Amino acid sequence: MTAAAAAARASGLVKRFGDTTALQGISFSVAAGEIFGFLGPDGAGKSTLFRILATLIIPSAGTAEVLGRDVVTQHWDIRARVGYMPGRFSLYPDLSVEENLAFFASVFGTTIVREYERIAPIYSQLEPFKSRRAGALSGGMKQKLALCCALVHRPELLLLDEPTTGVDAVSRREFWELLAQLKTTGLTIVVSTPYMDEADRCDRVALIDGGKILATDTPSAIAGSFGRPLLAVKARDRYRALLILRGFPHLHTVFPFGEVLHYSDERKDAAPEQVAAEVADFLQAKGLEGAEVHPIEAGIEDTFMERLA
Amino acid sequence: MTDGAPVIQVQDLTRTFGSFVAVDHIRFDVQAGEVFGFLGANGAGKTTAIRMLTGLLVPSGGQARVAGHDVYTASEAIKRSIGYMSQRFSLYEDLTVRENARLYGGIYGLTDDELRDRIGAMLSRLKLEPAADTRVSALPLGWRQKLAFSVALLHRPTIVFLDEPTSGVDPVTRRQFWELIYETARAGTTVLVTTHYMDEAEYCDRISMMVAGRIEALGSPSDLKREFGVRSMDELFVQLARPGAGSPASGSARP
Repeated sequence: MTAAAAAARASGLVKRFGDTTALQGISFSVAAGEIFGFLGPDGAGKSTLFRILATLIIPSAGTAEVLGRDVVTQHWDIRARVGYMPGRFSLYPDLSVEENLAFFASVFGTTIVREYERIAPIYSQLEPFKSRRAGALSGGMKQKLALCCALVHRPELLLLDEPTTGVDAVSRREFWELLAQLKTTGLTIVVSTPYMDEADRCDRVALIDGGKILATDTPSAIAGSFGRPLLAVKARDRYRALLILRGFPHLHTVFPFGEVLHYSDERKDAAPEQVAAEVADFLQAKGLEGAEVHPIEAGIEDTFMERLA
Repeated sequence: MTDGAPVIQVQDLTRTFGSFVAVDHIRFDVQAGEVFGFLGANGAGKTTAIRMLTGLLVPSGGQARVAGHDVYTASEAIKRSIGYMSQRFSLYEDLTVRENARLYGGIYGLTDDELRDRIGAMLSRLKLEPAADTRVSALPLGWRQKLAFSVALLHRPTIVFLDEPTSGVDPVTRRQFWELIYETARAGTTVLVTTHYMDEAEYCDRISMMVAGRIEALGSPSDLKREFGVRSMDELFVQLARPGAGSPASGSARP
């Protein structure tokens, strides 16, 4: 494969299950060596897409290639070259950590010893518990073991379907640090997540919802495409501020956002400072004292919500 | 229960499994109408604590009263006083919206009249009347979550326990869900909620952070940020849940 070739590519990909259309004609291209993230909620079509790329199901229409090979006609070739971590924990809970890993190695005709160097950064963290049953590991450690098993045959591309779902914030952070380390070895990583705050860990992301891609770009470019004045509103009684802002004549959206509210204005080209002053006056006139209102740059979650609306 | 007394009172509550101390002398109170965030890393003891507070697991030591009832002697009264909703299991997918509501309301002993009135009001509030006879499996996930929450409130519990209620839900629906939580709390129902979304921790009136079976932080998000010198709940979580986290190897300390 040449450097310019895509590591994964889809064109007009459709998948139907009976009356349900899980993927409604999606197209994208993942460059070799990048971390490419699919960001979207449950039911967006992420797992269906990953199962097609892993050659476990075939598309109803459209085409997809992984490492230059067609997912329908060259599936055996793809399977030897990709590592796939399904969304649901899929290791053998009654086998130990070491037995699980040895099993996956043997399926691909190799051994833990032979692959040790490649998996060492992750496996070294699991080794103290190598005799423990996989089912008895914590959520974060299960995910690390699953990652190890997906890596043991030296794949060129990793397909990680929601590796951080249901895992606590610290384990999520550690998992992403491992992915960044793996990227330095030249591995291409295609990953999905429902957590918007993980977008910044990816080189590029596709926002996906309802079986459609809403946007594909770098996280900063997606955030930058928000396209209207956006304000952070800080008030002691956040819920009351929210209800008051619902009555503001130029409101586009208002959402709770961590410790503040994010307010966006329907007047796309209005000066943010001017809008902030109006909103602050409005809150005061409605009896809400001491609210702080100031313009902010949109983040990826703001943009996602804007595209959903 | 007397007016003004906390609806959840926990004193040195402890649970051991063999030699493992899952919950280690935790103490906290929750006031009526409060939105209380119950946070912690995977394996920190949250689930064990919640199982004791919902009358499903007998403590090894300490005291707790939930809605005025003792967890040792009145677990059945506790179960009648609380609502429970989890992301993992909430509604029967093969039953319709109305059938699910009737089933849950019936389990809590509501009369036919009460069921009719309350389910009618619930469907109208959620604007779900047109879907009343639709099977739950045909509803979008976001609607299912809102419905599951409302069904958990049908018997008008004093406290509702929400276990990762917004997991996997899109960011708009997640926020709509939190508005339901606020409305419920304003109406006087106490809400105890767990979440992995740290921005949602900011939406709580107070939170507790469990680490290795103990409560290591307890207070309002703004007070805790001041106390620990952090800018966000995410930073607080990282600082407390795994001291020295940031280097990947630190994860191995707690498998």
